[in-house]
Amino acid sequence: MSTVKLTVNGRAVSVDVEDRTLLVHLLRENLNLTGTHVGCDTSQCGACVVHVDGRAVKSCTMLAGQAAGSNVTTIEGLAKGDELHPMQAAFRDNHGLQCGYCTPGMIMSAVDIVHRHGGKLDEETVRHELEGNICRCTGYHNIVKAVLDAAGRMKVAQAAE
Amino acid sequence: MYETTYHRASSIDDAVAQFAKGTESRFLSGGQTLLPVMKQRLASPSDVIDVAKIKDMIGIEVSGDTVTIKAATTHYDVAQSDAVQKAIPALANLASMIGDPAVRHRGTIGGSLANNDPAADYPAAVLALGATVKTNKRSIAAEDFFKGLFTTALEDGEMITAVSFPVPAKAGYAKMRHPASRFALTGVFVAKTKSGDVRVAATGASQSGVMRVAPIEQALKANWAASALDSVTIAASGLLADIHGSADYRANLVKVMGQRAVTAAG
Repeated sequence: MSTVKLTVNGRAVSVDVEDRTLLVHLLRENLNLTGTHVGCDTSQCGACVVHVDGRAVKSCTMLAGQAAGSNVTTIEGLAKGDELHPMQAAFRDNHGLQCGYCTPGMIMSAVDIVHRHGGKLDEETVRHELEGNICRCTGYHNIVKAVLDAAGRMKVAQAAE
Repeated sequence: MYETTYHRASSIDDAVAQFAKGTESRFLSGGQTLLPVMKQRLASPSDVIDVAKIKDMIGIEVSGDTVTIKAATTHYDVAQSDAVQKAIPALANLASMIGDPAVRHRGTIGGSLANNDPAADYPAAVLALGATVKTNKRSIAAEDFFKGLFTTALEDGEMITAVSFPVPAKAGYAKMRHPASRFALTGVFVAKTKSGDVRVAATGASQSGVMRVAPIEQALKANWAASALDSVTIAASGLLADIHGSADYRANLVKVMGQRAVTAAG
C-alpha cells in the first residue's frame, strides 16, 4: 500500500491504494468519480481518458502512483456548476452520443484536441485525432460535428475572457 | 494485475539502485506497453521503477549534426519539437504516427527501444539513421543494440538514458498502420547520410525484428528515387506471417513503404 497525493478537479486528495492500482480505479473506486469509464482495459477504446497535467491520457494505462503530484481533470471537473462545458453542450446539441458509454472519454479527448489545435481544426483532423476513442453507436458522424461546433464555441469563450 | 511495488526514481543513479534491490525489477517509463503486458500477466515484475519524472531523462538537444533525445521524452514531445522537425523531420513524423494521441502523451522513446517490439516504429529510425543508444553504463551503436524480438543488448539493470541521432541529408518514413493497434504492419525508414551513404530499415516485417534492407539500399545508392525500387524484389523468407498479412504481402509492403518513404524524404 502507498499513499498517493494528487489534485483531482482542483481538489487536493490523499488516497491509500495498493501499488498495482490503476489511476482509473483510484478515480472510480476511491473517489467515487464514476464518470470515467473502463471500456476495454487494453488502452484501445479511450472510455477512460482523463487529463493529467493538461494532457489527455488513458487512465487504465497509468498506475495511480504515476499520477502522484499531478493535476488530474475528469469529466466531472469540466462543467462550471450547472453550466456545461462548451464541449458537453455541443455533444448534447449535436446528438453526439447514443448509449453514452464512450462519451466521457470522447469529451476529454475532444477538449484536448481543441486545446492542441486551437481554431485550426477541420473534419479530417478531428477524425484522425479521435482514433484512440471508440464509439459503437454513433458512427462518429455527430461526434465529429459536436467537436467542430465546440471548437468554435471554445474559441469564442476564450476570446471573451 | 499481479501485485507489484511501485518506486518513483529521483535520479538515474537512484533508479539503478532501486532496480538492484528488487528480485525481478522492471523500469517503467510511459507504461504504454509494460502496463498492458502486466495486465495480461505476461510480465509480473516484483518492482516497477518509474523513471518518467527524472529531469535528466527528459528533453531534446541539438548540437551541430546530432539530435539527442533523452529517454523519457514522450512521442508527443518529439513530434511537436521544433528542433526535431527542423533537423530530422522524418523522425518527428514517425513519432506523430505512434499509437493515438493519448498513447503519445505517455509513451517514450526509451521505453519503445528497450521493449523492441518487432512492429514498433522507433527501432526503424534508430537503425536507419545509425543512431547511438546511450545507457547508464555505455554507448551502444544501433547495429549492436537490436538482438531480435523483444530482445536488446541491454543487460539486467541497464537503463537507456538517451538516443543520439546523426542529422541525415535526407530521410523519410512510411508505414502501413495496423488499423486497430496502429503498430506498423510494415514500416520502412530510409536515410541518406551526409556522407552519401544510404541506410534503410524495416520494422514489422522480419521474424527477427527490425532489419536493414540491402536490396533497397543498393538501389537507392545508385539512384535516390522511388522509381529506383520498381525492379527491386524483397525475399519473403524470414518475414512475419500472421492473420494480418502473409510473408509475401509483407515483402511487397517493404518495397512499397520504401518507395513512399523516399517520396516523403524528397
